[in-house]
Amino acid sequence: MSEQKLIGLTASEAIAAVNAGDLDQAELFDAYLQRAAEHGADGEGALNCFTWLAEETPSVPATGAPLAGVPLAVKDLFCTEGAPSQSGSRILEGYVPPYTATAVAKLRDAGAPLLGKTNQDEFAMGSSNENSAFGPVLNPWDRRRVPGGSSGGSAAAVAAGLAPWALGTDTGGSIRQPAAFCGIVGLKPTYGAVSRYGMIAFASSLDQAGPLTRSVGDAALLLSHMVGKDPRDATSLPFPEPVALPSRLELDGIRLGVASELSGDAGGIEAGVAGAFASTLQLAQRLGASVHDVQLPHAPHALAAYYVLAPAECSSNLARFDGVRYGLRVDPRAEDERGILGMYMRTRHDGFGPEVRRRIMLGTYALSAGYYDAYYGSAQKVRTKIAEDFRDAFAQVDFIVTPTAASVAFELGSRSEDPWTMYMNDYFTVPMSLAGVPAISIPCGLAGEGLGPGGRGLPVGFQLVGPAFSENRLLEVAHALEQAIGFDTTAAFA
Amino acid sequence: MSESAYEPVIGLEIHVQLATRTKMFCGCELSFGEPPNTRTCPVCLGLPGALPVANAGAVHFGLMIGLALGSELAPRSIFHRKNYFYPDLPKGYQISQYDEPLCGGGHLGDVRIHRVHLEEDAAKLVHVGASGRIHGSDASIVDFNRGGTPLAEIVTEPDLRSPEQASEWLRLLRVTLRALGVSDVNMEEGSLRCDANVSVRPVGSQELGVKTELKNMNSFRFIERGIRAEIERQCKLLERGERVTQETLHFDPASGRITSLRSKEEAHDYRYFPEPDLLPVAISPEMLERAHAAMPELPLAREQRLREAHGLSEESARLLAFREELGDYFEQALAASADPAPPAQTLANWVNVDLVARLGEGDDPAGSKVAPAALAQLAGLVAGKQISVGAGRQVLDRLVAEGGDPAAIVEAEGLGALGEGDELAGVVAAAIAANADAAERVRGGNAKAVGPIVGHVMRETKGRADGGEVNRLIAEQLGL
Amino acid sequence: MPPVIDRDEVLHVARLARLALSEQEIAAMQQELSAVLDHVAKIGELDLEDVLPTAHVVGDGIPTRPALREDTPQPCLPRDVALANAPAVSDDGFLVPSPNA
Ligand SMILES: [Mg+2]
Ligand SMILES: [Zn+2]
Repeated sequence: MSEQKLIGLTASEAIAAVNAGDLDQAELFDAYLQRAAEHGADGEGALNCFTWLAEETPSVPATGAPLAGVPLAVKDLFCTEGAPSQSGSRILEGYVPPYTATAVAKLRDAGAPLLGKTNQDEFAMGSSNENSAFGPVLNPWDRRRVPGGSSGGSAAAVAAGLAPWALGTDTGGSIRQPAAFCGIVGLKPTYGAVSRYGMIAFASSLDQAGPLTRSVGDAALLLSHMVGKDPRDATSLPFPEPVALPSRLELDGIRLGVASELSGDAGGIEAGVAGAFASTLQLAQRLGASVHDVQLPHAPHALAAYYVLAPAECSSNLARFDGVRYGLRVDPRAEDERGILGMYMRTRHDGFGPEVRRRIMLGTYALSAGYYDAYYGSAQKVRTKIAEDFRDAFAQVDFIVTPTAASVAFELGSRSEDPWTMYMNDYFTVPMSLAGVPAISIPCGLAGEGLGPGGRGLPVGFQLVGPAFSENRLLEVAHALEQAIGFDTTAAFA
Repeated sequence: MSESAYEPVIGLEIHVQLATRTKMFCGCELSFGEPPNTRTCPVCLGLPGALPVANAGAVHFGLMIGLALGSELAPRSIFHRKNYFYPDLPKGYQISQYDEPLCGGGHLGDVRIHRVHLEEDAAKLVHVGASGRIHGSDASIVDFNRGGTPLAEIVTEPDLRSPEQASEWLRLLRVTLRALGVSDVNMEEGSLRCDANVSVRPVGSQELGVKTELKNMNSFRFIERGIRAEIERQCKLLERGERVTQETLHFDPASGRITSLRSKEEAHDYRYFPEPDLLPVAISPEMLERAHAAMPELPLAREQRLREAHGLSEESARLLAFREELGDYFEQALAASADPAPPAQTLANWVNVDLVARLGEGDDPAGSKVAPAALAQLAGLVAGKQISVGAGRQVLDRLVAEGGDPAAIVEAEGLGALGEGDELAGVVAAAIAANADAAERVRGGNAKAVGPIVGHVMRETKGRADGGEVNRLIAEQLGL
Repeated sequence: MPPVIDRDEVLHVARLARLALSEQEIAAMQQELSAVLDHVAKIGELDLEDVLPTAHVVGDGIPTRPALREDTPQPCLPRDVALANAPAVSDDGFLVPSPNA
């Protein structure tokens, strides 16, 4: 099979080819490994989306395994035994864990070998992948632009055809927003659907692993092998039904809700994005869906609540990086405190990047004596209201739809002057994270005249949101739309 | 004494290592002196990505403690993170419970319980002195074997009023926990650790004074001495018109001095918040049922039962109830239906005094060669005057050394009591004859002078004679 | 806009969080945190009086069992693996500057 044809296959198509005897597993792995090494590493003209690549092709093929040896790119923050797991941070530079994250182990056992680890915002804190200790990832659609974040390396690798599919994590939009910026599919499952064991934590009550793929079918297939109760993760839940592969092509009887708080000019939606979103809604109606106004009255406050809760949890989750058991240790300087206090403070200053330090500070402040009720306590209450809003809305409609992000991929360095400007990137994705409900971003078109390859524009993401554990129905609806949209996910191949 | 004007007010905080098989939040087996860092896993080393899962066994033990203390068991309790940096704390936070603990309220004896909660223990930090490896400054080595051991923290209300009362109550708590089987409760080994909150106030005042926290006193003796020293310190401060400052203190038993543990660091701000990696602990009816079913008779209840059902003295009943193994032995002996049956109090004395004295310190009599039924028989023989007390003790010596049947030993050794028969009367007559001076003085009204005559009889009979009977015969033969 | 958080608070929080900050970083941090807190403070305008806080969305509407672990031992890490990533090791343990020094 020619490389071009081989790389053009979605993961599901590659599995079919392997099973039909038309494609050799080693050939497939080699082709991706070579492409990833050529275009994905850090170097002139490369995307810098991989921080580590498999040293060799697996010697034993995954014979009879459901995922048929189709290689998997995995976000750096998943612990992988024998391979560096650095979460994009200097404090974990070179760290090789002694165990493998449950989600990665399940996929490996299902026949998806590890292709490489992908670059990310440090500890998943960021929306542009500019916060990585290993340098920014470039967007394969336009290398002057960011791929989104924090799963930017995973998104860029899939969009550039350097990996057939990838694992990411989503805390406030970190799968969906980079998927939107890179023109691929990204699914954040229901909180608890996928084990977090072995995911280097950002914010425990929000973090969820999910697939980044070139098709909705691939997302469903990958998800089907990820879900399930893990005895090592007390917050994981049994998935109530098998995850099925979607096949639906129409939307008859489907009620889609558009929330005024997450549409129109909310969150600073760019005109091009609004246009692509509106056309996709019309397309959905042509497929048989009905569109309804719904209210999510507390959604505009989601970002504020999120930027209390997530930093609070991260300030505690990142306390373990203290230079004692693993990772970086830096001896105190002359001007520092003496002894272990100085070691802690210098190590953590030098090991963490500015955004991580900022969030640790923010979270520590929000939890500290005298401020807990005003910040953390109130944010938890807002979270309650947001979850209620979704419950009320889902009593009226089957799914809620929004643009995934207000803009298309922006230029590197263009939004780093003020943290809140960057945080606004998560405006459309954070409410679902707080409510713990599943959401998928599919590419719905291009926006921005003169931008992107051939000046045809840059990808826009369309977000579909369902109630908890509605993944099967969500994937069916996304599939029907995807088929009708016909977005070319190979357009940015390297 | 300066204390007389002031009344001490004492509350205790007790950390109990639970005797589960595995740690609080991971499957590592608990460590008993294994080589350092051989009982660890990603969870208890706080490796990136590892997650805690609470041990059902620890929750079960926590519920049993709550039941024993008459606490209210929370149908839903919550784990919190207590955030602070210390090298023995791998995650930078301790998983503990904060405002929704497993158990609230209750009492043990006349001391009220404030709360009982579950948490994880810290690792062990060994100071190794100056080490060239870290710029010549002092260094420590961390061993994570102990890290993550389940702890129950029991907090009392400030109901104790003296150091002695505090240590006595702590003993009661210890025997109660031991009876529950939830902990080794060994203070020297650290499976039972006690901090004390101490304040003083003018006698008659109802207001609480400023309290200090006295840390980790690792024996009952040190607890008494430490609290006493702190009460004295506070009283002196107040008498000089100074104030007590709220702080954490360390008692050095060697010097008897109390020093402040507060470093130059800012006051602690633990930033408690609900542990997002764990769900609330919901107590199901099955869990409650299992805890109830596992409850043994507790020492205080046993003491009461032994007194009421068997008429034992308070002292005997308490010893048997607080030393579970003695109580069990006693009750087995009592149930052995010896013939003649000894009175319960007599049997209790044989167990608590004679048998205990012949065993090693703290030994379980069940592990001795003396079968409970044998001791019951022995006590019965003595009580029925079939052998003398002295002979009984000789038989017990033999039983302790070799075991066997008391009646057979009595028979074989010829230790049967010399009763009213002619034989004893003859020995007495010979003794009077041999001690004519003494006999004369006894006749003259000096009852104490009988000693040499009795001694003679006992020598001749090798202690088999019943003392009462000997005295009766002497009096009879002297015509008194 | 006056800073929500003052310099001393920045220093206090940095110490709580064990972060050394340079003079320049302290000033920047004060500015940035104040800006974020200014946005965040808007949730204070909501009426949340009788609202219960949400710590978890797990099992929202789905019956859950207590997520406890049976008290059954699992294999431990070999010591050399446990110590493999440590910056400094001595006598089979993790070597640290003494916290009491
Ligand atoms: Mg405690
Ligand atoms: Zn462990």
